Amino acid sequence: MSESNRPADHRRHRHVLSALVQNTPGVLAHISGMLASRGFNIDSLAVGETEDAHLSRVTFVVIGDDRQLEQVRKQLEKIVTVVRVIDISREAFVERDLMLIKVDAPPARRAEIRGLVQDFRGRIVDVGPEQLIIEVSGQESKVEAFIELMRPYGIRELARTGRIALVRSSRPIRTGPGEVDGPAPEVEEVVGHSQL
Amino acid sequence: MATITETEPQTRQNPMTGAEALVESLYRHGVKVVFAYPGGASMPMHQALTRYRDTIRTILPRHEQGGIFAAEGYARVTGEPGVVMATSGPGALNLVTGLADAKMDSLPLVAITGQVPTGVIGTDAFQETPMVEVSRAITKHHYLVQSARDIPRIVKEAFHIARTGRPGPVLIDVPKDIQNTIIRDPEFDPPMDLPGYRLPPAPEPSRLREVVEAIRGSSKPIIYCGGGVIASGAAEELREFASKTSIPVAMTLQGLGSLPSDHYLSLGMLGMHGTVYSNYAINEADLLLALGVRFDDRVTGKLSEFAKHGRIVHIDIDASEINKNKFAHIPVHADVKEALAALTPMVEQADWRDWHRQIDSWRASDPMTYPDRDDAILPQYVIDEFSKLTDGEFLMSTGVGQHQMWAAQWTRFKHPRSWVTSGGLGSMGFGLPAAMGMQAAFPDKLVVDIDGDGSFVMNIQELATIHCEKLPVKVIVLNNQHLGMVVQWEDRFFAGNRAHTYLGPVDHPEAIGQGAGELPEITYPDLVGVARGFGIAARQVRRKAELVDALKEMIAHPGPFVLDVLVPYQEHVLPMIPAGGTVKDIIKG
Repeated sequence: MSESNRPADHRRHRHVLSALVQNTPGVLAHISGMLASRGFNIDSLAVGETEDAHLSRVTFVVIGDDRQLEQVRKQLEKIVTVVRVIDISREAFVERDLMLIKVDAPPARRAEIRGLVQDFRGRIVDVGPEQLIIEVSGQESKVEAFIELMRPYGIRELARTGRIALVRSSRPIRTGPGEVDGPAPEVEEVVGHSQL
Repeated sequence: MATITETEPQTRQNPMTGAEALVESLYRHGVKVVFAYPGGASMPMHQALTRYRDTIRTILPRHEQGGIFAAEGYARVTGEPGVVMATSGPGALNLVTGLADAKMDSLPLVAITGQVPTGVIGTDAFQETPMVEVSRAITKHHYLVQSARDIPRIVKEAFHIARTGRPGPVLIDVPKDIQNTIIRDPEFDPPMDLPGYRLPPAPEPSRLREVVEAIRGSSKPIIYCGGGVIASGAAEELREFASKTSIPVAMTLQGLGSLPSDHYLSLGMLGMHGTVYSNYAINEADLLLALGVRFDDRVTGKLSEFAKHGRIVHIDIDASEINKNKFAHIPVHADVKEALAALTPMVEQADWRDWHRQIDSWRASDPMTYPDRDDAILPQYVIDEFSKLTDGEFLMSTGVGQHQMWAAQWTRFKHPRSWVTSGGLGSMGFGLPAAMGMQAAFPDKLVVDIDGDGSFVMNIQELATIHCEKLPVKVIVLNNQHLGMVVQWEDRFFAGNRAHTYLGPVDHPEAIGQGAGELPEITYPDLVGVARGFGIAARQVRRKAELVDALKEMIAHPGPFVLDVLVPYQEHVLPMIPAGGTVKDIIKG
């Protein structure tokens, strides 16, 4: 990026951008090509359909300072098939990453692993003679903490969706008796490597 | 909004083919001229074009790049999208430079390419290229047509996108089977499906009040205006705004013509080869009104030093230009025409006499000059004399290089949209084909291509087009037998070592920089002979005394004309701020 005479915030922050895009061929290639050609680094990118069949949602994580972010957002908005771009991380938001991880799990160590899976509110989705496939979802830090915990057992394969995110409803919406729509972001998902 | 012309449809034929629906759509969007080079995958569209020959003129360029540069020339002088057509594969790929050129200089284009039939896309079929993939980053938008029924909607959207907002090129890739598909009851004015395409908002009154306050508080304001003023048709608004406030105006290469060159507030061009006084004024200004510009490096030099004493107001139709290179203290995301029209009634004239006196003293100490020589024809002199003879009544294009900068510096412009040059991309070979498009738009105007011998040869095949299509384009070649701008940089930065910048045979001593004198006895190629071979009148001029007579002969000539003017290659374009430099680094000469 170029210089400026602004006393700009040059600190790099992690931003989660969510773009609603027209469901047309090539739109993902267009977005990723634009980001690459302008030298923006993408940490994670996930695409999927939305409630509207004509639209897809592209969620990506960009690390950059304010200026870079402003440019990324404006350049995205310039793409004709991009309908709307939100910097989700400026709002209260819920963010998830889904992982499938295949680890070595000889019968002797399974109980131990099972305990960790429970602590992380994960699920064992496949049981083989020597290996397990575990599903874990949550914030990036939680997923990464789980990976670290599994490393000593031997990680055979791993697949992640990349981050997906939605902005919270502006006011908490009651979803059931006495229950609000999840805790505020700083208190949710307290399970992390350091807390265990 | 995209407009469908009110005129009667040309055809009521029903059903019709996809190709016919496409050409009928072009017709209904008011297309008068198409630059089209046929091939296997675009033949159905050409067949359809023959049925519209009374309303759409199809011009056959001699190279697809010539076709798209012509469409750019057409677009720039008319303000309407230029239309170019090519076949798949190599034909389409030859459009690539022009697409990028139009994107950089914000020219509205609709480029239509044939594509291999849908059934073989992705199989490396004969003349197959994934054009949408190739052109993604260099178009404003692009389509691969997947159903013939979509054609009228896609054409409507393409014209809408090309000409609104910040204009740009739109590509429509049409597989051959879709061109041949029969459609029943085509709907020619369908709703557009562009939920993500938004036009800029009206300028915010609160922001405009900030601008007015900034002007009121300023003692050294300056306007820096560019191609956006031309594109939005805001030249009149600019003149009123500048005149009412008496704020001096520096123009970018693409902004030339926004204000007449002889206007008392005009400081001419700024930037690398801009006037000394415009660059001094920008540097000293306490308020920079940046109108329809993008803070290009050829304008700013070292960004952190550019206009660093001033607050910056940046008005632009493209939000992504604001804060891209330079932080704007007062950003105004709006069409510059609307913004100026709203601002003018709000502003008042202030007492900037001291500032004007300061600028006048810079004008006096460092005026634009060139040596007065009788033993050679200096390129600046050629432009100067052409300007005197024509009084601003011309449409001018250029190639890229020294001649382009001299044309920018020494032409006296009177009208917006009379200057067509490849600025952002700097595409050599632009001048002749662009002129051909400009002449097709205005058959009765004087259209001149100021070219260099390097650039001219790059698309010299278009001499055939201007002859065969009876386009009376005039070409002035400032012939120095070298790639002059590169030579200039060799002289300045590489101790004059000639590295493949001599355009004559390699066994000439000058090929390794050991030539004697300023001009060779025999020039290569024989441009007069070449022009005549294409059926075009031509004349070579070596002596200064002949020049004015030759210019008059050229201007009076009813058909196309090539005037080959021999100029010394030792001449440099000055002033010059070296790339990445600041106003302190100006080389004055």
